[in-house]
Amino acid sequence: MTDNTATLRSTLPRSTKSGGWLSSLLMRFEALRGYLLLSPTLLIMIIGICVPLFILVGMSLWTQHGFEFDKSLTLANYFNVAEQPIYKALLARSILISGGCALATVILSYPMAYFVAFHVHRHKMVWIILMTLPFWTSYLLRVFSWKIILGYNGVINSGLIGMGLIDQPLEFLLYSPLAVVITLTHAWSAFAILPIYVSLEKIDRSLLEAATDLGDGPVRRFFRITFPMSLPGVIAAALIIFIPTVGDYITPTLLGGPDGIMLANLISAQFGKVNDWPMGAALAIALMVTVALFSVVFVIISRKVTERIT
Amino acid sequence: MSNNSSFISIQNVSKSFGSVAAVSDVSMEIGGGEFFSLLGPSGCGKTTLLRMLAGFETPTSGEIVIDGQSMSAVPPHQRPVNMVFQNYAIFPHLNIHDNIAYGMRKERLPQAELDKKVEEMLEMIKLPGYGKRRSHELSGGERQRVALARALIKRPKVLLLDEPLGALDKQLREQMQMELRALQRSVGITFVFVTHDQEEALTMSDRIAVMSKGRTLQIDSPTELYEKPITREVAAFIGTMNFFDGRVVSVDNDQIIVDAGALGIVKGIKDTTNFGVGEMAQIAVRPEKFSLSIGAPNGVGNFIEGNMISTAYLGERSYFHIAVNGIDQPIAVSAQNSASADINIRDHKGQVWLGWPDAAVVLLKQDASHSQAQ
Amino acid sequence: MSMSYINRPNRPLHVYALLYLAFLYVPVLFLPLFSFNDSIFIAFPLKEFTFKWYEVMFNNEPMLAALANSVKVGVVTSIVATFLGIFAAKAVTRYRMPGRGPVVAFIMLPLVIPGIIFGVSLLILLSELGVRLSLYTVTLGHIIVCVPFAMVTMIPRFEGFDASIEEASSDLGENMWWTFWRVTFPVVFPGIIASFLLCFTISFDEFIIAFFLSGTEPTLPIYMWSQLRFPDKLPGVLALGSIILMVSFVVVFAAHWIRNRGMPYKRVGGV
Repeated sequence: MTDNTATLRSTLPRSTKSGGWLSSLLMRFEALRGYLLLSPTLLIMIIGICVPLFILVGMSLWTQHGFEFDKSLTLANYFNVAEQPIYKALLARSILISGGCALATVILSYPMAYFVAFHVHRHKMVWIILMTLPFWTSYLLRVFSWKIILGYNGVINSGLIGMGLIDQPLEFLLYSPLAVVITLTHAWSAFAILPIYVSLEKIDRSLLEAATDLGDGPVRRFFRITFPMSLPGVIAAALIIFIPTVGDYITPTLLGGPDGIMLANLISAQFGKVNDWPMGAALAIALMVTVALFSVVFVIISRKVTERIT
Repeated sequence: MSNNSSFISIQNVSKSFGSVAAVSDVSMEIGGGEFFSLLGPSGCGKTTLLRMLAGFETPTSGEIVIDGQSMSAVPPHQRPVNMVFQNYAIFPHLNIHDNIAYGMRKERLPQAELDKKVEEMLEMIKLPGYGKRRSHELSGGERQRVALARALIKRPKVLLLDEPLGALDKQLREQMQMELRALQRSVGITFVFVTHDQEEALTMSDRIAVMSKGRTLQIDSPTELYEKPITREVAAFIGTMNFFDGRVVSVDNDQIIVDAGALGIVKGIKDTTNFGVGEMAQIAVRPEKFSLSIGAPNGVGNFIEGNMISTAYLGERSYFHIAVNGIDQPIAVSAQNSASADINIRDHKGQVWLGWPDAAVVLLKQDASHSQAQ
Repeated sequence: MSMSYINRPNRPLHVYALLYLAFLYVPVLFLPLFSFNDSIFIAFPLKEFTFKWYEVMFNNEPMLAALANSVKVGVVTSIVATFLGIFAAKAVTRYRMPGRGPVVAFIMLPLVIPGIIFGVSLLILLSELGVRLSLYTVTLGHIIVCVPFAMVTMIPRFEGFDASIEEASSDLGENMWWTFWRVTFPVVFPGIIASFLLCFTISFDEFIIAFFLSGTEPTLPIYMWSQLRFPDKLPGVLALGSIILMVSFVVVFAAHWIRNRGMPYKRVGGV
């Protein structure tokens, strides 16, 4: 056989159809083909994520002098963030409002997701579309609709006055952190329902039957089986809402009032009226780092809790 | 059979995925027009080897030559081979006609001629008039045939089949085995057939390569594999085999005499395997080579006394397990339940006699589990 | 599907579900309600029924220009993001690639970074490069945000059909591009439509990135934002909002219909 092989190798021409070294290299290394296919996406994302974030960090180390940047590197802006009470207060308020909104959304959405997962037997898809449909409409208008409802001449006030229940419009409805939480909860609930619903739908029904068979009533069964098994969905839902709402600009501007403005308002002011871009960059980074820290701590704690229960 | 003219040549081919070696230094020659099977348990590397022939995997080292052309730099779509996939891979968005015609785009045939060709293929696979149907309207067996037609319409030099009958139920599978074999004879294309089912491989193939852990153990015709396995692993994988330990007492021109302890002195026929006097050897005997009797056999031959411990009735044949003093494992024996068979033996308990002819004995090297074939 | 002990009817939960739907829909439905109200004050009691705000809206040139801008940005964004999503989804589902996990996590990053961070950082990058803000810069920002959504939409499509049908195509003689056009594209087509619609909606609705990156030509949300401060413009905005609402309801139902039509592929692919 070895003779045979040797003659085959020497007498036969190599494939004439091959397209040079590149195509044979690509054929040999699957990972290379994968990355070649991925490269346009990866390139755009690097240009759109890495480069701007890098420059953002760079600018946060500069300082603004009138209309010029002082490009010597300094941590002055970060000291500013740490020292000035207004920055700390707004950061804390943003976290609190978003945290409260995430909590409210999850609590409100869980029973709904549970209902669709366990008690809707026909037309499940219709319910899912119904739950997520408002998410497809304009975010700005959804937020604005709450201004119509809670406003000084809004639906609630004009309705209550019309019914003769109050003489003067209630002023606390609009321009408060509560108004921001209510509005954000409404605007983001579609995002909370889906992950919770998926995690509930995935639970093997025979596990619940087994728990019942072993003597658990509906309540004990829920807390011993259903809830722990749906926790990944709950955690995902909370993060999906917490992260983007911390940086929300529209809602606090429209409904927050002086007590309800959040860090995003301050950041955008640095790039507008205040015209201190380096400070704005530092605040943006402070926001991002805080969000990341809180998210990581939240995930770690909820993992620990999950381990404890299960 | 044209075994001598090597049509596919697999030369020292290895393939590893990361640190896992799927195929290790495999070489084989497959003749033109041969029905060649790759047989082994799952994970033995047979599918990886087939996919390297198709071009979906590239060997880490070694070379594959098909019809005199090295395949190293030839992408799958330019290879003179076609494949029938394990799950058939029928295009879900096309009907059966378009599935079969899929590979003919480059031929640029006039529509009428193409339609005629497709209809011929549909007739060949006994599904005439099925062209307008979609794949989800077909049964597993019908899809399998469509996959076959779609590959064969291209008149490939080699047809690769990746466990194409695995998803079918037993009766349909046996019918398709016959049809495939008949089809292969009539079209004369080289078939390389991957299966884990030894019976399937024995029924259909001209030759079989038995694989295990990425290596070939033996490449031979079905009869040779069954009657003359060269390693214990092959012997154990194909059919059932009884093994006994022994030591070679003498070797002459046509016989090897082995002292097998409780089994007594065993005579084996000398073939290509060399044994030295005093060497340890494995004695392997198939269950159906034993003869079983209630009374002591009279006359010459090898026989031994044992105790029947279990019987199993399997319809056409019965299985017995016989314990023999001094041998650890009970000996497996099978016998045809033919009209002339001794009915009494099936209900017999207690003492029986086992006999075997010298020709039933296969002698294997003691530590030959990883030797390379040929 | 049959009702068992575990999922037997639960009336309080059913009532809660209906209340929840009311909570979701009632605020949104105030928009069309007041768009037909003959008063510039958005308050009860309602006045006469009128179509005049729709008339006002259709004669509002700047608003129509903003609408056209948003459609342009949305169409380009969704086409580019969907194609990038297809390539990326195919790469990560079809090839054994070292470092796949971190790469996917990187592409998904916009999902877990507040939009304002992207808006601000892209603004700084563009101004440092001296690029003038325009609809192009908004489109760039929207593409970055939409790619993860496109990829998340496409990945299940690729996972849902067996890779062996692409191999079968290549085995039958088609190269990579022909295989894509003859097999991959038609099979993942419903996913492409879904991704396109999703990306268009996200871009059409996106505010904060456009807020930082748009130049003299506003997108629709930016234009509406500027109008919210003027009470007399509000009813016109509500009229436009109502039309957008209706169109998006129709589009969502259409998308689900298309997706359901695409279902047999998935069933077959899973065999």
